[in-house]
Amino acid sequence: MIETTGEEYSAENAPQLTPELAIANLQSSDLSLRYYAAWWLGHYQINQPEAIDKLIAALEDEDDRTELGGYPLRRNAARSLGKLGDLKAVPGLIKCLECDDFYVREAAAQSLAMLGDKSAITSLIKLLDGGVARAVQIPGRPHLTQPYEAVLEALGAIGATEAISLIEPFLQHPIPRVECAANRAMYQLTQDSTYGEKLVKWLAEGDIKLRRVVLGDLGAIGYLAAAKAIAQAQAENSFKLMSLKGLLEYQLGNDPENFSISPDAIQVMNLMDSLL
Amino acid sequence: MTELIQAVNLAQTPAQMVQAVQNLAAAKDPAAIPTLIKVFGYNNPGAAMAAVAGLIELGEQAVPQLLSQIDDYNYGARAYSIRSLAAIADPRALDIFISIVLTDFAPSVRRAAIKGLGNLQWQKLPASEQSTAINRAVETLLWICQDTDWSIRYAAVVGLQAMAKIPEVRSPILSKFQEMLTNDTEKAVRARVLMANN
Repeated sequence: MIETTGEEYSAENAPQLTPELAIANLQSSDLSLRYYAAWWLGHYQINQPEAIDKLIAALEDEDDRTELGGYPLRRNAARSLGKLGDLKAVPGLIKCLECDDFYVREAAAQSLAMLGDKSAITSLIKLLDGGVARAVQIPGRPHLTQPYEAVLEALGAIGATEAISLIEPFLQHPIPRVECAANRAMYQLTQDSTYGEKLVKWLAEGDIKLRRVVLGDLGAIGYLAAAKAIAQAQAENSFKLMSLKGLLEYQLGNDPENFSISPDAIQVMNLMDSLL
Repeated sequence: MTELIQAVNLAQTPAQMVQAVQNLAAAKDPAAIPTLIKVFGYNNPGAAMAAVAGLIELGEQAVPQLLSQIDDYNYGARAYSIRSLAAIADPRALDIFISIVLTDFAPSVRRAAIKGLGNLQWQKLPASEQSTAINRAVETLLWICQDTDWSIRYAAVVGLQAMAKIPEVRSPILSKFQEMLTNDTEKAVRARVLMANN
């Protein structure tokens, strides 16, 4: 059984950096130091203006290239800018949606989802051009023509109701993960439980990797009706706890100072207790 | 019994394994204990859950072997051992729970030990040892309320809620809860504290 919330080892294996050193390393002559610093700043939430500015600059890096023409530093910079929550990064990330490197586009879409800024909607929609017919595997590569999962999720997270008619066809996409992303977005944009129930169905029928993805989806959309199905899913408790935490947070509302616990919230916590 | 144990060792498919373990557990015979513990390492969640249920059913008599056969190299297996011990709640598990809570790297195993720590049956200890044991458990739980992993802090609240029933340690627990309500960064953890306070 593999248990990865990604947090098992990370902090211990990292060379020691300080924010100052990491920011400086973004311009090191050693490309691997730049790459690591870009990740580090996001992981440790260093949202100092200087870090943000240099990460935004790193979105246009030309030095760090892979054999296939990818941009590793841009990918990490894009990922970190999402975690740092500064809207100054939005224009640079929108530009990244047109990058040749699939993984830069994917990271940018994921980060734009976290930043939640509506100015990204038009550019995200553009990546759905050609609809499901164009959403096919690129021969010889492990990914589709565009990062559809990330784009659909971003449109849902940002609340792009104008994209509903473009998202809907992806409910029929043959790849379950893409179909799930479309259901997740449709639920967020319509609050129609049909889409939530589709995710619950995949939670029961998917393989272990898909079940983990769906647990994340259900947590992200706070679909309360799935609480028991989540607790009973055939997956590691760490994933189920994360998912139920998402449901719980929806029940608690948005005011960080003032919240009360409803019977629904208590029901979710009782399920979480049973998974400890 | 030999046949039931043999069936577990000979199972060819995951489903056969689950069935064989269920049959062995149903016998409720202490001779099944080593085999049931061994099943934790087979990477078959259905069989492992059946083995956990069987060991819990056997209760106290399974504790010594559960304690001595914890798998240090497989955290999946270790989590099942700790969950069994936590459900049996025999206070002989105190030392192993504390050590796991403080030093294990796997959150799933730590959470199980934390919950277990709060629910041990203290009255089974000799009267002279009770208050020392209770204090060690409470100190451990109070300490990990500052862990960086929210799920560990959440589990700590669950453990402390159970221990707050003991009058001698109630007051430090309630003041820790008060502190967490103000300071904890995770809404989910603060909500769990509210629930514990109710």
